[in-house]
Amino acid sequence: MNIVVLVKQVPDTATERKLTSDDFTLDRAASDGVINELDEYAIEEALLLREKHGGEVTVLTMGPDQATDSIRKALSMGADKAVHLVDDALHGSDALQTAYALSKALGTLEFDLVVLGSESTDARTGVVGAALAEYLGLPQLTLAGKVDVEGTAVTVQRQTDYGYDVVEAQLPAVVSVVEKINEPRYPSFKLIMQAKKKPVAKLGIADAGIEADRVGVSAAGTETVEASPAPPRAAGTIVKDEGDGGAKAADFLAEKKFV
Amino acid sequence: MAEVLVLVDHVDGEVKKVTTELLTAARRIGEPSAVWVGEASDSGTAKLAEYGAQKVYTAPAELNDHVVAPTAELLARLAEEKGAGAVLVSATAGNKEIAGRTAVKLGSGVLTDVVDVSAELVTDHSIFGGAMVTKAKVRTGTPVVAVRPNSVPAEPQAGEAAVEAVDIEVSAAAKGARVVERVAQEQGERPELTEAAIVVSGGRGVGSDDFTVVEGLADALGAAVGASRAAVDAGWYPNQFQVGQTGKTVSPNLYIALGISGAIQHRAGMQTSKNIVAVNKDPEAPIFEIADFGVVGDLHTVAPQLTEEIGKRK
Repeated sequence: MNIVVLVKQVPDTATERKLTSDDFTLDRAASDGVINELDEYAIEEALLLREKHGGEVTVLTMGPDQATDSIRKALSMGADKAVHLVDDALHGSDALQTAYALSKALGTLEFDLVVLGSESTDARTGVVGAALAEYLGLPQLTLAGKVDVEGTAVTVQRQTDYGYDVVEAQLPAVVSVVEKINEPRYPSFKLIMQAKKKPVAKLGIADAGIEADRVGVSAAGTETVEASPAPPRAAGTIVKDEGDGGAKAADFLAEKKFV
Repeated sequence: MAEVLVLVDHVDGEVKKVTTELLTAARRIGEPSAVWVGEASDSGTAKLAEYGAQKVYTAPAELNDHVVAPTAELLARLAEEKGAGAVLVSATAGNKEIAGRTAVKLGSGVLTDVVDVSAELVTDHSIFGGAMVTKAKVRTGTPVVAVRPNSVPAEPQAGEAAVEAVDIEVSAAAKGARVVERVAQEQGERPELTEAAIVVSGGRGVGSDDFTVVEGLADALGAAVGASRAAVDAGWYPNQFQVGQTGKTVSPNLYIALGISGAIQHRAGMQTSKNIVAVNKDPEAPIFEIADFGVVGDLHTVAPQLTEEIGKRK
C-alpha cells in the first residue's frame, strides 16, 4: 500500500509568531520552522500502516526552500522519499488554494491513502483535509483517532462531540488524524544518516499542472485586511491563599454575577 | 435583502445555543434562513423563529449517513439557488470541514474560527494563541464563515421560521465515506465543552486521575469540565475534553483553570474567554498573566472551598 503523508512546516509555537506587515502572510523569517505537530502523528500512522501492509511512504510538502528541514525530519522518522512542492507563485496561498495545489501535486503521484494532520498549529483552519477530498473526489475520513486498513477497505474512528463515528470507505481515500491516535517515534541515529540520502524531488507549479493565476496571495479567495498584537488583558487581581483563597475567588465570581 | 444561510446544530431536536448566536450574526448581514439536516422539531423551529429565522430549510437526516460531503452539497446548492449573501456555520471541527467543502463547490473563500462578523462581512480572528488579532474578508464568491461558539451574544428577534423541505439527491461522489456506527461516550449531565458558558479545567496540578475536585466545582457552577494536555497525556481525563491548540477551542464567559500553568498550547484554546480565574501553586505560572483573578495556592484546598462557598451563596 502506497501512502502519501502531507507535512507542513510551521513556525515553532514556542517562539513569537508574526505576520508580515505588507501582505499579512506568515512571517517565516521571524521564527524557527518545525514540522506541524499533528503531522508527526500522520507520519507515525503512515509508518505503522506500512509496517503492517508494506508499500512506500512518500512525504509531500508544500512550502518555501527552508521547508527542506522538515522534509528531512520526516524522512528521518522513516518515510521512504519526498516530494517538495516549491514555487514562489505559491506564496501566501490560503487554505483552499493550498488544498488545490496539493491535490494537483498528488495527481502526479500514485497512492492508496493520503494521510495528514487534522489541522496546522499556525493557521488552524482545519479545512485542508476536507477540501482536498473535495478536489480529489475521494472519500473523506477525517479527524481519525484510529485507522484500520483491510484489503481495499479503510475504517476510521472519526472524533465527534459525543464520542466517535465509525466510518468506512474504499481506497484510495484521504485520512486526517488527531493527536490521540499514536505516539510519534523519535528518529534513530541510523535513520537520520539514511535520511540524508533519501530522494527529495522538487516540483514546481508547472510540473504539477497548477495554473499560476489560481494560487498565491493575489488570487486567494480570502484576504487579511488588518493585523495587530492583541490588546493586553487588563492586569488581574492575584492573591496568595491564606486559607481564604476559595472564599476570595467566590467573592470575585459573585462580583461578576456568576454566583 | 439577501438570504443568509445558517447551518443548524441540534441534538435530540433541541437547537444549540451557538445556532441562536449565528442567527443573531446573520441578521446583521441579511435575512437569516436556517438549514436543518433532519426533521425539524416544533420546539426547535420555535427557537429558530425566536432568533429571527425567516425560513427553515429541512433536508433528510440520511445526509448524515455520510461524512461532511452531503451537507456541503446541500449548502452549496441552496446558496446558489437562493443567491445567498453568506453561509454561516459554527466553528466546530466537523462544521469547519463542511464550510471548506461548501466553499470549494461555490468557488468561494472560507473563513474559520471567526470571533466576530460585521454587516459588511469583515471577520475578526484571534490567532497565534491569542497573541494577535486580525480582520479578514472573503474576496470571491459567497462568503462561507465558521463562527466560534460564545463569540456573538444571541439576541432574540422574531422571525417567520417557515419550514420548507428541500429535495436533494446526494451525488455518488459524496457517499464515499459511510458512517456505520455512532458511539457516544459518557458525558453525563454537564453541558458540552465548546458550548458551555462556564468551563472548569484541570491540569497537571490535579495530580491524578481523580478529577472529583474539578468536577465538583464544575457541577456547582453548572459548568463543563475541561482538561489540559498534560492531564490528558497522563491519562487522567479523556481526550475529547482537552482544551488547547491540539484540542478544543473554548470561549466561555468564565474559564476556571485549576493547576494549569498556561503554556501557549493551552492558551491557544481558551484565551478568548471573557473572564479567567486561575488557581496554581506557582506564582510565576504564565496563566496568571491572563487571569482576571488568580489564587496562588493548592487547588486541592482552594477549589473545594470555592465549591462550598458557591453552595452557600446560592
